[in-house]
Amino acid sequence: MDSEDEFMSGASSGDDFANIEDSDDDFDNEDQDLGFSQDKDIVRTSKKSYEVDFEVLGPSQIQLQQDVQIKDVADVLGQPPEAAAILLRHLRWNREKLFDRYMENQASLLDEVGLEEDASHTPSTKKIPDFECEICMSGDSDVETYALKCGHRYCVDCYTQYLASKIRDDGEAARIQCPTSGCKRIVDSKSLTFLVEDNLKSRYRELINRTYVDDMENLKWCPAPECIYAISCSVRKKDLAKIVPTVTCECKHPFCFGCAHEDHQPCPCSLIKKWIQKCEDDSETAHWISANTKECPKCQSTIEKNGGCNHMTCRKCKHEFCWMCMGLWSEHGTSWYNCNRFEEKSGNDARDAQAKSRQSLERYLHYYNRYANHDQSNRLEKDNFAKTEKKMTLLQNQSGMSWIEVQFLETAAKTLQECRQTLKWTYAFAFYLARNNDTIMFEDNQKDLELATENLSEMFEQPVEQLSAKKLDILNKNTYCSQRRVTLLSDTAELLKRGKWTFNISLD
Amino acid sequence: MAGAFASRRLQRELPKLQATTSPGIKLVSATDLQEWLIDIQVMDSAHPLYAGQTYRLRFRFSGKYPIEAPEVMFIRATAASCWDQKPRSIPMHPHIYSNGIICLDLLDKAGWSPVQNVESVSMSLQSMLAGNYKNERPEGDEVFVRTNTQRPRDVNFEFHDDDC
Ligand SMILES: [Zn+2]
Ligand SMILES: [Zn+2]
Ligand SMILES: [Zn+2]
Ligand SMILES: [Zn+2]
Repeated sequence: MDSEDEFMSGASSGDDFANIEDSDDDFDNEDQDLGFSQDKDIVRTSKKSYEVDFEVLGPSQIQLQQDVQIKDVADVLGQPPEAAAILLRHLRWNREKLFDRYMENQASLLDEVGLEEDASHTPSTKKIPDFECEICMSGDSDVETYALKCGHRYCVDCYTQYLASKIRDDGEAARIQCPTSGCKRIVDSKSLTFLVEDNLKSRYRELINRTYVDDMENLKWCPAPECIYAISCSVRKKDLAKIVPTVTCECKHPFCFGCAHEDHQPCPCSLIKKWIQKCEDDSETAHWISANTKECPKCQSTIEKNGGCNHMTCRKCKHEFCWMCMGLWSEHGTSWYNCNRFEEKSGNDARDAQAKSRQSLERYLHYYNRYANHDQSNRLEKDNFAKTEKKMTLLQNQSGMSWIEVQFLETAAKTLQECRQTLKWTYAFAFYLARNNDTIMFEDNQKDLELATENLSEMFEQPVEQLSAKKLDILNKNTYCSQRRVTLLSDTAELLKRGKWTFNISLD
Repeated sequence: MAGAFASRRLQRELPKLQATTSPGIKLVSATDLQEWLIDIQVMDSAHPLYAGQTYRLRFRFSGKYPIEAPEVMFIRATAASCWDQKPRSIPMHPHIYSNGIICLDLLDKAGWSPVQNVESVSMSLQSMLAGNYKNERPEGDEVFVRTNTQRPRDVNFEFHDDDC
């Protein structure tokens, strides 16, 4: 798929790593043009206005980034790498702040993180005559004890248990403090590796990596379960009213870099947050909509939705209607089509408070209904993914097409998913959109994409016997659908970037 | 079920607590190594809120105590069940919910130190009461008490101010 290839080409390999030392400066420069559009990279000149630059980082690259920064700081400060690492982690990888604090008062900073002058010492245990450990409240002269620079001494067993619990149960790593209450001394990685068992060391490394990514504003973990990749992207919090930074991980999971939610183009992060909250608050009002069954508007027999397509035909009376608006399907796709647009009633109709609140509920239900329907279709189509494979095999056997030749079905299934997801979020976007001249353009784009998607969906759900003859049709529809999606996303993103949309709610 | 580590530590604490000389702290029961009851009093006889009152603390220990914090809360008790024939209520305090759950950073996993023990925690709670003159419950007490189903340890309190 075209769009995907472009995403992946943006996820360049490790070539940029040599420049990591300048990364801070680069980000600042990019801030001025929001980190999108003007791109020096020739490969990316075809980048669309809704796409952002990003890079996928694997565990070794994340490690390498840290090592480079640690070495850099160690060289500048003349400190051993372990000390530089502690300092960087302590100040959340903010190099400028670290240098400032270091120049200001070296001794107090080193003291604060438990380094003092001789950071190169090797940790060792000690036996103390008549020792009593405050954690286990026991001890004697034979027991091995350990203390950080603060001098708070405990038996090695207790220390080890304490650290193991912090790492295993609390998921802490870079900023574990001395067990003494109120002592802010941080357990340095040397002491830690000296004390904890081997099986916890890898977990510790993992957690240290976690905190690195968490501490960096330009890095985010891919939210897919068990995924080990992080994404680097220069879009910052303050840019989120102007761009929706969708990124795609190496694991193929597309998500929003701004809020880690699923890809929610074209709707800005703050709006989807408000929308999801609203839907939760009003879940009872809207509950019936998400049901998989409805009644045929003509004969009232129960109809179950089992695919993504919203063009329904009642089995009993053959009535054709739209699942979303329950209106006649024959009116869809003609100039009468207004399934996506909410018709505001004239001011006179809504004079009293009750009428106003009824109208605002109707308006919400209009958008929620369509949002929920695309969401549902999307889920049904995802469930059907396994069925698509079966369909492909079946088609292969029936038509004598090769495996390559039946790939168009998978392509169509993917396009359908992408379009449904986009359509779903266009309704959240439209709900918050205040009317202006550009709203019509948005609704037209939305209508075109919706119709194209429904058409593709309907073709896709045809019986296998008819599919081989329809291959070209499906491929054409598929291309058209993708194009409609690109147009909608580009147009909407362009205006968002230029601050041309007005919303009936604030964007923060 | 207290583990070997917790048992050993509690067995060390018990005699010290039974012989404690800290005023206003009294061990009520420690029949096993899982749950202890402590009565505390604020020693300020002119205190507008707590003078003359006795409050009951319930400590529950996991097998990982003292590496893991104990679960500590105030509990109610009828007069008949108490050694002084006086009932125990939940003290009024901006960080104590009316169901006895306490919002105190030292009992939270991030603020807990394994050097703390039953007596030191009791003393901290004693002074938390002594320093308070506000006759009020935490914000959102009603909703919290009605909806909370978590064990006190698992409640994620945000510590808004230092004296929390
Ligand atoms: Zn010990
Ligand atoms: Zn210490
Ligand atoms: Zn991923
Ligand atoms: Zn987002």
